[in-house]
This record gives sequence, C-alpha cells and structure tokens, in this order.
Amino acid sequence: MSEPVWQRGDLLGVAELSTAEILHVLDTAESFVEVAARPIKKVPTLRGKTVINLFFEPSTRTSSSFEIAEKRLSADNINFSTSSSSLSKGETLLDTARNLEAMAPDLVVIRHAHPRVPHALAERIAAGVINAGDGAHEHPTQALLDAFTIRRRKGRVEGLKIAIVGDVAHSRVVRSNVLCLTRLGAEVTVAGPRTMMPEEPESLGARVVYSLAEAIEGADVVMMLRVQLERQARVSFPSEREYFEFFGLTAERLRGASDDAIIMHPGPINRGIEIASEVADGPWSVILEQVANGVAVRMAVLYLLAGAKSGEDGPRP
Amino acid sequence: MSGSLVIRGGRVVDPTQELDGAADVLIEGGRVTACGPGLAAPENVREFDAAGLVVVPGLIDMHVHLREPGQEYKETIETGTRAAASGGFTAVACMPNTDPVNDDPSLTEFMLKQAERAGWTRVYPISAVSRGLEGRELTEFGAQRRAGAVAVSDDGHPVWSAALMRQALRYARHFDLPVIQHAEELALSGDGVMHEGRFSTRLGVEGIPGAADDVMVSRDLLLTADTGGRYHLAHMSTARSLDLIRAARADGHRVTCEVSAHHLLLTDEDVFDSGLDPNFKMHPPLRTAGDRDALVGGLADGSIDAIASDHAPHHPDEKELDFVASPNGIVGLETTLSLCLDRLVRKGVIDMARLVDLLSTAPARILGVPGGSLAPGSPGDVTLIDVEREVEVDPATFRSRSRNTPFAGWELRGAPAGTVVGGRVIELP
Repeated sequence: MSEPVWQRGDLLGVAELSTAEILHVLDTAESFVEVAARPIKKVPTLRGKTVINLFFEPSTRTSSSFEIAEKRLSADNINFSTSSSSLSKGETLLDTARNLEAMAPDLVVIRHAHPRVPHALAERIAAGVINAGDGAHEHPTQALLDAFTIRRRKGRVEGLKIAIVGDVAHSRVVRSNVLCLTRLGAEVTVAGPRTMMPEEPESLGARVVYSLAEAIEGADVVMMLRVQLERQARVSFPSEREYFEFFGLTAERLRGASDDAIIMHPGPINRGIEIASEVADGPWSVILEQVANGVAVRMAVLYLLAGAKSGEDGPRP
Repeated sequence: MSGSLVIRGGRVVDPTQELDGAADVLIEGGRVTACGPGLAAPENVREFDAAGLVVVPGLIDMHVHLREPGQEYKETIETGTRAAASGGFTAVACMPNTDPVNDDPSLTEFMLKQAERAGWTRVYPISAVSRGLEGRELTEFGAQRRAGAVAVSDDGHPVWSAALMRQALRYARHFDLPVIQHAEELALSGDGVMHEGRFSTRLGVEGIPGAADDVMVSRDLLLTADTGGRYHLAHMSTARSLDLIRAARADGHRVTCEVSAHHLLLTDEDVFDSGLDPNFKMHPPLRTAGDRDALVGGLADGSIDAIASDHAPHHPDEKELDFVASPNGIVGLETTLSLCLDRLVRKGVIDMARLVDLLSTAPARILGVPGGSLAPGSPGDVTLIDVEREVEVDPATFRSRSRNTPFAGWELRGAPAGTVVGGRVIELP
C-alpha cells in the first residue's frame, strides 16, 4: 500500500505544502461542495471532535467560513475572539498553549496579527493547528480556496496568467497565493504602487510590475487585493480617488486581459477604490464563488487534519 | 601581599607594547609593575601558572545592560558582573536605561557601590544624555562625571532631537565624555521588528530599513563636525554607516564605533531560518550578508574601534512571547569572547593582538578609563585565554540571570580561562 498523500497534523502555510498535497486538498474539497446543496447540510465526519476558533484579530468572513465548515462536519466548536477572550496579547505562547490543551481540542483554528504565531503554537500543543491568517505572512486556506475556484472555472491552474494587484506589502493573501499558484504551474504577476511593495518583492516568487495595465495584459485571472484604508495614515497612497485612478479595476481597463478572464477578490471589497462596481458585479466576477468554495475547502482541510491527527480515516461524506 | 601576583609562563599579547610572546606579568599593589620574560618576583608574591594560556590586558565590555535598579528579575549588577567575569571581562560599562534611569549622580554611586559589593569586575556607569531618557533636558554631565560616569548615552533610544544632540556634543567637551549614540531614525524604523529586506518580505514582517540607522548616523556626524564633540556609534549594523564613519574619520573628526558579535556572525537569513525565534530579535536588527561582510572587513582594516556585547538580558518568560511581541536584545557577556576567538581569530580575519585592541585597549581609550594595557603602571587587570579549549554554548550554564541567546548549541574553540582584577584572581563559584 502506498503512503497516503496527506499526513500533516497542521496546516500552517502553503510554504510547507508540496504540489501533491495542494492537489489533494483541492480534490478532497470537490467532494464537499455538494453538501451545501443538500436539504440537510450536515455530514457526521467530525462528530465528537472539538474545534476551537481562536481569533486574536477581528474577522467576520474567515471566522464564519470556518464555523460553517465545522458545523457542517458535525464538529463541536467554540469561538474565542479578541472581544470575548481572556487570552490576551500579553500572555506567553506557553500559557496560551497550556490553556488550550486543558480543554482537549482536536483542532485549533488561529488568526493572529503577528507572523508565525500559529507555527509557534503548533510546536507547543498536541491538537492540529490551522493558520487562519498570521499577520501579513500566510493565509493558506484563502490560497487553497482561490486555487480551487480558479481550477473549477478554468479547468486547470497550470499555464494560466494570473495578476494580483494591490497592497502587496501588507497582504497575507498575496504571499500564500503566489506560493500556491506558482507551485501549481501558473505564471503569477504582482503589481501595486511602489509605496505598497515590500523590499525586494521578487523574493516572493512572482514577476513584479508597477502598473495595473502591465499586470493584467493578457491575464486569465485578475485578483484585486483589499486596500487597507486604515493604513492610509502610513502614507502609502495619497487618496482613495487617486488610488482608483491608477490602480482601480474598471471594465475599460479589464479589456487588456484575456477575453474570458475571471475577477477575484478575497473580500471585503472597497467599491470604487480597488474595484469598480461594474466589475465586482459583472459576469467576470467569481467573488461570491470564492466565498462559497471557502466553506468546502475548509471542510476538506478540517477533515484531512482530523484524520491525520487521529490516525484514522473518518467517514467520507 | 594583597593585590600582588606574578603570572608566569603564558603567551602575553599586548598591542600597546607590541608584545606577543612568552612573558611574565608582575602585579604589585594592584598595578602592573613589570612585564617581560623571566621576571624575578619578590618573595611572598603568589604565582599563577599560565602555561598554555594567552595572557592579555583585562577585557572591557563597553556596552552592557545590567538592569539594576528596577529590573532585577532580568539581571542584577551581581549576576551581570559574575557573567562578565565568567566571560573573560574585567570591566563593563553599563547603560543608563534602568528604572529609575541613571540620570543622576545618586544612581551612578549606587551602581558603583553594588559593583564593589559584588566584586567580580569593575563597573563603569554610563550616564543618560537626557533626563528620564526623554530626549528633552540634559543631565548633569559634570556631576555624573565626578560620581564616576565615563560616557553619556540614551541607549535603547536615540537622541532624536538634533538640537539636543548638538548641545550634548558641545557640553560633553567640558568633561571629555564621549556621546554614545543608539542611531535610529524612529520615523523610519516605525513598527519594524527585523531588517527590511527579502526575508522580511517573505515573512510579511514589518521591516527596519538600514536607512533608519544611516540617516541618524549621517545627521550625527554632521553635528559632530559642527561641534567638535566626541561621538561614539553604538552597535553599528550597516555597511553604509561604516562608510559614513570612515569618511568622518578621514575628515579628522573625533568619531569611534563599536560592533556586536552577533552583527559580525549572523544575518537576517538566520532570523528567517530560525522561524522567527525571539532570541534572534534585537535592535539594530541582524542585517544582510552584505552588511555583515562589510563589518567584518571593517574589523580587519581597522575602521571599527571596538567589539561590545550589547548584553541585553530578558527573562525567559519575555522571550516566550511571539517574535513581534517579545522585547529586543540578547545576552552576550558569556559568548562574545569564544565567538570572537573561534570565528574571527581562528578563521584568520584578525589576529590576537587586534582582538585585544578591539576588546580592551580601544574601549579603555574611548571611555577614558585605566586599562587596556599590561605596561608598567597599568591596573593589574588581566584576562587569561585558553585558545584550544572547546566549548558548546549552553544557556543552562550561564551565570547571567537570563538565557536569551541565538548561539545555543554553537561549538566553539577558544574560551576564557580566568580573570584578574587589580591583582586579585577572580574565583567564580
């Protein structure tokens, strides 16, 4: 019998995943998509498993997506967020870990403003850890759901020209996506104003350009990143008006892309800043599919990790 | 006879006498009275057999944080100086960012009293430049000098106001005190926690550009030229800062600089490879391989004056926070000498005489304190070195109260073999 493709107990970043592992998650997610179409949207896969959602940073979208995925898998879940949590920033990682261990969870989903906190936590607890975003470092389930959405729409990822545009310096979405999409064989270009680019951006592993037109020329997929409006104080761009003027995606500018290009956005979108409503709501947009697919991909991840941690395969849906 | 000792049979290396060879050192009444081969010693003088050891002027770490008063859970003057003695140092200069800040002669006197009570090394307090390290009002340089302070610095913070820096450089001239600057333009370092470059980019970590240091160094050197003051750059980390220092020195200005062992041996890639281990977090941050190579070049060609540990103890609980949340700094008193012996001298980057200059003679000269030499009349402060002894860095064995080091597990050849302070052999428990 050959070794199973998936043996990981944690999902910390795309950086650690092989191409085969990424494809395995995507293939597994396929079988969870139709659960959402059932009259009773629930499978017994994770019955008796406890999942803790630990959000040290406000999140609506990602936390509800995980929560729905957990509920549809019949897991018992509990949510800690910054507003309701006594686990505070001043607590040591060891204390956080011990407190979690005391509740004997099977999986912990964590979002934290600081890079590699999920990795550090994973070293300290027995439960499986899922990184739901660590600072501007990684957001692996977002990248997996984006790849899943692209593959469903385009039938493949390999060979596609994909542009990712926006605040590259402060985006965890871009880091995980570049790793994931290049591993699957796409040609990825990142673009944004120079004030929103990190030092040596080529080290991310993508082609780097500084104009929207150049980035989307011939692109099969255009992914727009959310402009962090609160970062405006950091003199990254002078005004929302000027940002839209030079880096906002409009139907007019989209003409440079491939005829059947799809438009993606990790959400929540800023209409009229990084993306015009005509594009966000237009026929090219797969933004809501991303949200729907997010649940299926997160179900797949939870299922695979729970199986790896318990050493047994749970029932498939 | 108290404070008297003859150290026999060692290899004496003393750049102030251009000496590197078999010699004895005679110390009487706490001072060196003779240094040369086959010395005759008076009766009753204790003999110390230094066969197989290198005998050098007592090492002086010109940049340490002893945390007392105020943060005794991290370190005390007793534990810090014990760590210093264990690491081969006979003197340390301690930074004023204690709680309360050393901005008053009573603090300087307290530190000296605690050091004397401990008895492990000499301690030279450094006064704050500004009251409370707030960057607004000057401290009493004259009274601090009289109480025993050897320099002024707001280390931990930059003297950010150009006006205050200019006045500090001018006023310090009255007392011949160096102004030691932690050069950091805060508007550029921002929320950064590691060097801004390809590795911070991959990690999505807020970066500290090299320019944050360089901009401040550049400003300070203009002010030094303007005032004729004496400027010492602490823990230099970038190639460009080194170039600026070289140029200022070539123009005849009174500038000196120090570098820490970690900036000579580690880079931002090591931060990346560590997976953001908080023991790799310090300020200034570990820079690029290019910066590191430039600093190593500056050691070899004489542009860098001194090596200092920037010993910055933090309690293990504080380094159990994540990288971003944990405080800056690593301990260094018990690793610096072995790191330099193995990675600089053994590798042929510098010779032993140059190392002694960097760790003893130059710090003494910059701070204007006795020592740095074994010529007759010098204080009887000696460091003994075993260049062959192999050690593995094990934080559990540190005499410091803290354990925060990125060098755990490093195997090094060359280690301290003892210290003598004022002719008294320091016996560590």
